[in-house]
Amino acid sequence: MPYIAARDLTIEFPLYHLGARSLKKRLLAHSPLRLRQDEANRVVVSALRGLDFRIGAGERVALIGRNGAGKTTLLRTLAGVYEPVGGRLEVQGQIGALIDPAAGMDQESTGRENITLRGLFRGMDEAESAALAEEIGAFAGLGEFLDVPVRSYSAGMQVRLSFAIATVMSPEVLLMDEWFLAGDAEFREKAREKLTGLVEDADILVLATHDMGVVREWCTRAILLDAGRILADGPVAEVLAAA
Amino acid sequence: MLDQIEAAAPLYVADAAAPRRREKALADLATGFRRWRLPAALARLDIRNRYRGSVLGPFWLTLSTAVMVVGLGILYSSLFKLPLADYLPFLAVSLIVWNMISQIVADACTSLTSSEGIIRQLALPYSVHILRCVMRNALIAAHSLPLILLVFLACGVLPGWEALLALPGLALVAVNAFAIALFLGMVCARFRDIAPIVGSAMQLAFFLSPVLWKPELLAERQVWLPFNPFYVVMETVRGPLVEGGAAPLIWLSAGLYTLLACVVAFAFFVRFRGRIAFWV
Repeated sequence: MPYIAARDLTIEFPLYHLGARSLKKRLLAHSPLRLRQDEANRVVVSALRGLDFRIGAGERVALIGRNGAGKTTLLRTLAGVYEPVGGRLEVQGQIGALIDPAAGMDQESTGRENITLRGLFRGMDEAESAALAEEIGAFAGLGEFLDVPVRSYSAGMQVRLSFAIATVMSPEVLLMDEWFLAGDAEFREKAREKLTGLVEDADILVLATHDMGVVREWCTRAILLDAGRILADGPVAEVLAAA
Repeated sequence: MLDQIEAAAPLYVADAAAPRRREKALADLATGFRRWRLPAALARLDIRNRYRGSVLGPFWLTLSTAVMVVGLGILYSSLFKLPLADYLPFLAVSLIVWNMISQIVADACTSLTSSEGIIRQLALPYSVHILRCVMRNALIAAHSLPLILLVFLACGVLPGWEALLALPGLALVAVNAFAIALFLGMVCARFRDIAPIVGSAMQLAFFLSPVLWKPELLAERQVWLPFNPFYVVMETVRGPLVEGGAAPLIWLSAGLYTLLACVVAFAFFVRFRGRIAFWV
């Protein structure tokens, strides 16, 4: 059964290339909350501080909190981009991450070539991912633009293409940033429908968002983050009432 | 049955207390090489995007190398008082192989930082980015290596079958390229001052190594040449092509330097792999 277990999970970003010592001192003096000096005398930003949680199969978790609370960092850590500096993280199950839509997109390539490229990023071979092109093109409503370089797309078309490419999957653990809820009005309907399908098929959903409507609609549990710590963790209604 | 479940549902564990670094580094390399199609596609894109809209495209490199070989060939053959037909094949092979090596070293410094956008968004094996860098340089080299044959034909000198020994030499260059791209890619991501230092060091190495001048000019001091890693690696390709083969000592020294590069690069990769995402 898919699950996510974190024990004392800690992520720190060292501020390299900081230079002058006086700047270092000033930074440390004015921000006792997130910045600290580690054993090697580097200034580090504590992005996540000792998180403990366990998410079991069937749970729909919303990560909420102000900007900079650590929501996206936590998603990236769960996806395996950052290795924890302290503590332990276990993720069981096929992970699908919808974090940055444009990641791995090549502006000079056509829509079709990008679909193939994205397939390779996911570990498919060329033939498998090329077969997806028509389906993705139709969903994104690209029509003849499928064979035109992406740099000549309108912003909306780029968003639709990356959304369509990113959502061709059926992961057990779905990690999603709230960007995926954006898009133009007509496409929003379609996107919402697609995401609902993905969310229902996934065993676990972890969604970082500011939109409380979405939280109430999709999620069963909310984790409220503040300055890299968990402030509240529980059923959506309880956490939202307290916050 | 249990195996099937395991295979269908991979387990990702990251534990700061038990990092299992060597195991993860080996898995990273294995996955990267197994998925060679991805770096191959990215390397092709790199070349295509770099020369987008240009008429000659990557053949500009071929052309500029050709101009340089002919120009320097005429100048130095008269400076060294050597017949042009003797000196030109030597110079062509030297310059082309040296250009390949120095381009690899320069590109190695950005093998990871140039993929920053991908590294911070997608959990991919880091060896994918390293392979991308190596394959990109292999494609570039493939555009100028054929020039060697052209010069040989023009000068009317064709090497014998021993020229095939240049192929293991090229393989040795490729192995070195991977090790250097891995090592310099990591070091340059962490310390941004290394890349310019490497640039100046390579410039110095160009003049210190027998690229333009023949090793014989060193007379009795030739015995020190096998200690020059650039020379020995270059010689494993150049020797078979223009001198009827490289000395066993050259192969031995080149092999040892390659081994050293691989061991150092792997040790660094094992120790710091988990930090790369924070460095780029």
